[in-house]
Order: sequence, then C-alpha cells, then structure tokens
Amino acid sequence: MLELPWAQLIINGLALGGLYALAAFGVVLIFKTTDVITFAQGEMAMFCAFIAFTLITALNMPFLLALVLTLVLAAMLGVVIERVVIRRVSTTSLINPVIATVGLGLILVGVAGWVWGYEVRAFPMPVTGPPWRVGTVVLSQLNALILGVVIVLMVLLFVFFRYSVIGMAMRAVAQNRLAAQLMGISVNRINALGWGLGTALAAVTGILIAPLNYLDPLMMGDVMLKAFAAAVLGGFTSMPGAVVGGLLLGIMDSVVGFIVPELRTTIAFLLIVFVLVVRPSGLLGRHEIKKV
Amino acid sequence: MTTWWRWCTLSNVVTLLGLGVVCLVPTILGLFPGIPLGYVLYLVSLGLIYAIVALGLNLLFGYAGQFSLGHAGFFAIGAYTSAILTTRADLPFILALPGAGLLTAAIGFLLGLPALRLTGLYLAIATLGFGLSIPQLILWLREWTGGSMGLHKLPFASIPLGPFPAIVFRTDQEYYYLALGVLIVMTFLARNIVNSDTGRAFIAIRDSEIAARAMGVNLVRYKTTAFAVSAFYAGIAGSLYAHLLHGISPEDFTVFLSIDFVTMVVLGGLASVSGALYGAFMLTLLQNLLTRLPIVSEFKNLYIVVLGLILILTVSFFPHGIAGAVQEARQRIERRIEKMLVGL
Repeated sequence: MLELPWAQLIINGLALGGLYALAAFGVVLIFKTTDVITFAQGEMAMFCAFIAFTLITALNMPFLLALVLTLVLAAMLGVVIERVVIRRVSTTSLINPVIATVGLGLILVGVAGWVWGYEVRAFPMPVTGPPWRVGTVVLSQLNALILGVVIVLMVLLFVFFRYSVIGMAMRAVAQNRLAAQLMGISVNRINALGWGLGTALAAVTGILIAPLNYLDPLMMGDVMLKAFAAAVLGGFTSMPGAVVGGLLLGIMDSVVGFIVPELRTTIAFLLIVFVLVVRPSGLLGRHEIKKV
Repeated sequence: MTTWWRWCTLSNVVTLLGLGVVCLVPTILGLFPGIPLGYVLYLVSLGLIYAIVALGLNLLFGYAGQFSLGHAGFFAIGAYTSAILTTRADLPFILALPGAGLLTAAIGFLLGLPALRLTGLYLAIATLGFGLSIPQLILWLREWTGGSMGLHKLPFASIPLGPFPAIVFRTDQEYYYLALGVLIVMTFLARNIVNSDTGRAFIAIRDSEIAARAMGVNLVRYKTTAFAVSAFYAGIAGSLYAHLLHGISPEDFTVFLSIDFVTMVVLGGLASVSGALYGAFMLTLLQNLLTRLPIVSEFKNLYIVVLGLILILTVSFFPHGIAGAVQEARQRIERRIEKMLVGL
C-alpha cells in the first residue's frame, strides 16, 4: 500500500461526499416524483442561501428561525415554479422540461446577481467551536453537522417514500401517471408537492454549503456536477444510493486528489464510467427491463 | 426532355434565395454604418461554427437518441488538434482541418463503446465526465498544449490553389465565408446521412433498440457510428473555432458549453437539420447581443434573466423547437398560396 494518511483522507472524503449526497437529494426527489431532471437545483440552493443570509444579517434573526422561514419560502417557491413553468412544459416531451430548468437556473442566477451582487460573501456559521480530533485525524464541526444531516435526511426520506401514503403516491405517479390518476391520486398535487419538497431540500443544501465555501451566485456549479455524478453512481432513484454514491465519490476525489491533483476529476469519472459499465443502472438502482 | 422547372418547388427556391442572402450578409450589414461590422461578423461566424457542432449533436441525440453532455470535449479536441498540427507540426490548415475531424471521430468511436451499455441519464453522466476530463487532460499535457496559457498565434486559415496564390482568410469577413462554406458542406452531408440507411438505422435505434435489433439493425455498428460522426462534426467545428480566435485555452471548453450545445439542439428542434442551425444561431446571438440592447444593458445581469425567460417561453410555446414552428408556418403559407393559385 502507498504511504498515505489514509484515515484523514477518508474522513475528508466523507465530509466532501456528504455535500455531494446532500446536493443530490433534491435532484433525486424531484426526479422520483415528477420524472423531470432538474438543472436548476444548484441555483435554487444558492438563491435560498441568499434569502437565509438576508434574514440573518439584515433582519437579525436567530439562525434556527431563519432556517425554518427559508424552508417555508423555498417550498412555496418550488410549488410556484411547478405551477407556472413545469406543468406547462412537462406534457410535451421529456427533454423540454430539462431545458426549462436550465432557463430557470439562468433566471435565478441573474436575479441573485441583480439583487445581491456578485461579490463573494461569508455566510454565518451554524455551529462554532474547535474541530474534533481523534489522534491525528481532524474533522470540523460543520462537516460533522453536514454528515449528520445527510444521514438523518436519508433515513427520513427513505421511510417517507417506503411507508407513508403520500410517499407511495409519489412513487406511483413517477411510475405511471395515468394509472396513478385512475387510482384517485391527484397527479398535479403530487408534482407540486415534489417540487416543494425538492426546493426545501435545496434550501438545506445551500444553507449548509454556503458557510463551508462562500456565498455568491455561482457557488454551486462544481458541487452540482459532482452531485449529479453521485446520484447516477448510486442509481438516481434511490436515496441511500445517492448517499453511497456521494460518499464513494467524495473518498475517490479526496484520495485521487492527494496523489494526482491535476487529474482528480478525470480519474473520478473514469471510475464512474467503469462502475456504470459493470452495473448500468448504478450501484443501488434497479435495472428496468424495457418492453417493446 | 427533362422538365427543369419541376425542380422549382417552393422549398428549393426558398433555399436558394436563402443561400443568396447569407452570401450577401457582410455586404448588407456594411450598408448600416452604425453596426460594428467586424464584431457582428465574428459573432455570426461563431454562430456558424456552433451550428456545425449542433448539427452533429442533433445526429447523435435527435436522430440516434444518444444523449451527450460532453460535446465541449470533442470541440476542445478538434480545436487543440488543429492548433498543435499548425503551430508545432507546421502543417497547413487545409490538412489540419480534416485531421482534427478524423482524430475527434476516432475518439468519438471509442466513447461510443461504453455507450453501448448505457442509456439516458447514465450515458449523460458518462459523457459529462468525458467533457469534464478533457480540459484537465489539456492542462496536464502541458508540453503539448501550453497548459493554462493555451496556444496562441495560430496561423491564418488558408486554402492553397496549386499554381495560383492561396486564399488566405485574414479578416472577419473572409472568415465568415470560410465558416459558411464548411457549414454548407456539413449541412449537405447531414441531410444525406439522415436520408440514408444509416440515418434510418439511427431513428430505429432511438425509437426502440429492441425493435431495431429485431429488424436486423446492428446496434454496435450504428451506435459507434453515431458517436464517431457526431464527434467528427464537433472536431471540424473545433478546428474552425481555434483559427477564428487564433488562440485557445482550456477555459473555452467548460461543461456550460456542452449544456449550451444541448440547449441549441432542443431550442432549434430535435431531429431536424435546419433546427440545429436555428438553435445555434439564436443562442449564440442572444448570449452576445442581449447585453448590448439599450434597456437590458442598463440593469446589471438582466440579460441572463431575459435569456432564461426566452428558453422557458420557447419550450413552452414551441414544443418541437423553432424548426417545428417554422414548418407549421410554412405549411400554412403553402396552403394559402395553393388556394390562391386554384382561385386564379
């Protein structure tokens, strides 16, 4: 084996992977319920982080109150977007809604740049305190918080989709709209709910990632690309898959980044392609058999 | 006797007229003194070059149904191949252009191999990874590519004519004709591919892989062909891009460019040769000219919002892209003309 600080690299990788998994949740959730792949998730996260930032700094709100308020606002934003944009487009073809979300992302970046400007800002920390140390291994409290939130959200969402009535209705709509409608499920309401929940998840992502990096309209670009890759690696329709994919990708990133920093992304993606060639539906995804 | 006037259908006449108009674009623009002619022609050339990529991507995505988020990677390979061949190997442009296309096609063929097992989103991520890796590889192969500095001072594109003096494309106006000429050849090629058995095999694979295989379509062959052909288009366009700018660096080829290419194809209209052209033009001109509109430029960043709105409105109101809308309008006009002719 190579002489590497393995323990620290893996902890760093898990911290990084937690971000990817967190950012992937919303995308997976929206895809699971509405069959739309959204490219606006990162921009939503950024926008919500700015809203929270304004609430905390300009209105002097305590962090938790600002968080709750932002989540509510985000959910409303998601419902409105579904109602105004997505519902109109999603009946026409599979790719048109994707392009609509690209447009949405542009609008959100433009509005954020217009309202808050492009200068880089520091976001207030949700937790303060010295990093945790075990031997030589260091983990910052913020990263620990992110990992904790990821695990809790994964369990909650998994249980929600598996056992709750609304979760089951969401899965039914994703599988077959017409059949779901015939069973008495209001497809429109479920879609709106999916977007509301997905955008609320985006808000959580933005609020947790902004203090770690910085706050500006373009802050989510890199994270979102990795989040997509993580979601696909894990299987794209599975919440535990997104976490497994995210953590694996984070560890790959951290280890490869330590050995050959220049080729970090290249090697990470080569590994993903290799995994996908062996398992074409991702690690935890179910292989769908298509009929003619 | 062949009845030559049978050829004069409305669509052929319109095409011919259109060709005449695009050849006169620099002259027409020159009539308006307020327009910065060089800049506008540079933009139009850029639109022409992106249109070549969009044509290739449309063959792959619109016709063969294989999604790619990595076309900026092919574009970069074409650009760098051409730049290295002309600056380091001192090859003339006329050889570097097809060389860039062929090398990119070979890499497209290789990328088509994993694509045999992947579909939809999974293919999108695999190609996205390819697109992300290429700029990193370019940075890594510093000795060849100049690293983050890029390659600069590329020679002017020129076409040798044997004993006669070579045609050199120095100004933006001359380059416009070069890009236009290549685009016309590539459009012709795309149209022929679409109407050939290869094109039909692509469409069959898109509509149902299993059904296509049952009808005897060789999936391995046609999927890799689709990738190779599409990459060839991107490679040629990359070469033209490098010589339009006379210099390239890895930042020119980000993932956002790949997303732009997909957007062009969808905006213009999937599975439509003319759609790729409309989409590429619309997006390139909007991205560059919106900032210059009087009302829009007063508010910082408003142009991004306007661009986003245009994307959303286009997919909402023209679900089959601009090409779909144009076709509908044309049918309506043709019907009206027919009615008028019957009335006479």
